[in-house]
Amino acid sequence: MTPKPLILAQNLSVHYALRGSIIGPAPFVRAVDNVSLEIAPGSFFGLVGESGSGKTTLGRAMLRAAPISKGDVLFDDGEVAYSLKNLGKKELKEYRKRAQLIFQDPYAALSPRMTVRDIIAEPLEVMGLTKSRAETDERVREIAGKCRLNVEHLRRFPHAFSGGQRQRISIARALVSGPKFIVADESVAALDVSIQADVLNLLKAIQQEMGLTFLFISHDLSVVAHVCDHVAVMYLGRLVETAPTRTLFSTPRHPYTQALLSAIPSLDPDDRGKAQKLEGEIPSPTNPPPGCKFQTRCPMAIDRCRVEEPVLETAGPEHNVACHRWKELAN
Amino acid sequence: MSRLIDVENLTLQFDTDEGRITAVDDVSFSLEAGEVMGLVGESGSGKSVTAKSLMKLNPRNAIYGENTKITLHLEDGPVDVMSLQNDREMKIVRGGSISLIFQEPMASFAPAISIGDQMVEQLLIHTNFSKAQAKEVSIEMLDRVGISDPSTRFGQYAFELSGGMRQRAMIAMALSTKPKLLIADEPTTALDVTIQAQVIDLMKDLVSEFGMGIIFITHDLGVIAQTADKVAVMYLGRLVEQGTVRDVIRRPAHPYTRGLIAALPTLDDIDAPLTPIPGDIPSPLERPPGCVYNTRCQEVVGSRCSTQVPAFYQVQPDHAAACHIYDPEGGTE
Repeated sequence: MTPKPLILAQNLSVHYALRGSIIGPAPFVRAVDNVSLEIAPGSFFGLVGESGSGKTTLGRAMLRAAPISKGDVLFDDGEVAYSLKNLGKKELKEYRKRAQLIFQDPYAALSPRMTVRDIIAEPLEVMGLTKSRAETDERVREIAGKCRLNVEHLRRFPHAFSGGQRQRISIARALVSGPKFIVADESVAALDVSIQADVLNLLKAIQQEMGLTFLFISHDLSVVAHVCDHVAVMYLGRLVETAPTRTLFSTPRHPYTQALLSAIPSLDPDDRGKAQKLEGEIPSPTNPPPGCKFQTRCPMAIDRCRVEEPVLETAGPEHNVACHRWKELAN
Repeated sequence: MSRLIDVENLTLQFDTDEGRITAVDDVSFSLEAGEVMGLVGESGSGKSVTAKSLMKLNPRNAIYGENTKITLHLEDGPVDVMSLQNDREMKIVRGGSISLIFQEPMASFAPAISIGDQMVEQLLIHTNFSKAQAKEVSIEMLDRVGISDPSTRFGQYAFELSGGMRQRAMIAMALSTKPKLLIADEPTTALDVTIQAQVIDLMKDLVSEFGMGIIFITHDLGVIAQTADKVAVMYLGRLVEQGTVRDVIRRPAHPYTRGLIAALPTLDDIDAPLTPIPGDIPSPLERPPGCVYNTRCQEVVGSRCSTQVPAFYQVQPDHAAACHIYDPEGGTE
């Protein structure tokens, strides 16, 4: 039997009100719309989609850093259980120790006026997790070591570091409070290829060593394929497909997932122009199309897709897909 | 094919508060008309400044090396780009024979002038069209790059277009003057994969239609494999490998190119471990002596790697790498 999920999103929606027009009801953006998702403890869960698909908002809602409009997110690490929609102020503080975020841009995420030691120690001091300076120092050194930063590094300021090193500092800062759940939002997107592999390997090693659960948000499917064990694909605020990584990449069922995979430029110069090309662009989330959200670009769309929204159906073990036609297209 | 541009011994330094920085160091390459060259490298490798040098488009503190020679071969005879002095003379390369597409199309369009007015303006500068003709040509180009309802788009502003549309409009604008050489600086990096695939397709169509030369700057080897005829790899201001796209990607000769390809996650084998290149790219203020890559190289052949700048060695016809391992004399320690 699968273990109890660490994170359980139930019909989660995040809606943002837009500045309203004078007449009529205020318009709103359905950034995340009716998403249900389970993340098992110890998994490296990938969340992919194009810009505007709502993947960052979903990640933030799981940290209670975005408002939950409908539905709920349940967190249960075996020690404590929270319903994120109904978190009190004190509980929210407690939750912050257990759930942390690693940002995309390592240049913007670190204060230029603080030493690396102070940057990593700040969460400990704010959360009151250590009793003395000596204890803080010890904890900082321990976590810095895990992220391959040495004592010499701790005395310096962020500007002295390269992109890869800065990202390791961000990781150390996220890990220092001893969290169980980490949201890594495009954490390697700003890094050069030669450095990116190093940070990915570090994240994997730390996850295994400390028994963490990751939500890894990325637009880069090849990166996700290499590090994640489970993947969810989002489009316009909806989940369109979720599956174990191997299944998703070998037998993608949703036309959108298939198009995404084939749009990745192949490294083979003789394999040109075979990609299945998607027409058009992702519609605005303020004015999503009726029926299936993907129907405006889907090469397989039929009349039913334009009126009726598909729900997630089981397509295999742990494999869910939201498409009216997946079964007939699978043959 | 006829020769389009020759770049010989391009060296470029910048005077900064922290000292003189070498951004490009003795780079030579050439391009034929109708050829697509991929210029690959990581951040700080000097690929963008190299491309901008072809139009002398670098800031005032840029110092070009004495031996730098850039020759653009036009129908009316060769143009020595380095000898062009003022803006008037420069018009022949800037926007005339050479067009540039930037990574971020939002930053490349003036926000308060409509797309159409910007397109017309540059046509009036570089061609003999009347205003009405320029408008007609612009709308035709917008249509050509796949922008629906081009006459409406013509009157719109950059913020009214989506990212993919903006990049298409940028391409339309760059091509409307019929340049001989198009420099595309990371034109698809800010785009989503599905849009990137559309833009790459569009660019391929336009090359075969207009027959211009393209220098395609990117850090993404997949994009290079899909678009380029030949590839030049840069690291810390130096060219380390040059060859046809098949040779460089299938049989990379320089240890850096090999490392770059090994570090790339691919979908062919998702269980393969990712192999990073150890260490970090050194700061341009602390360029290593000898081979610039020696601080991270896994195939160092001796002390000469850190003392002696390697020459370019031919590894196959049309494929060369700047690495001591290919020195036929070898082992001369």
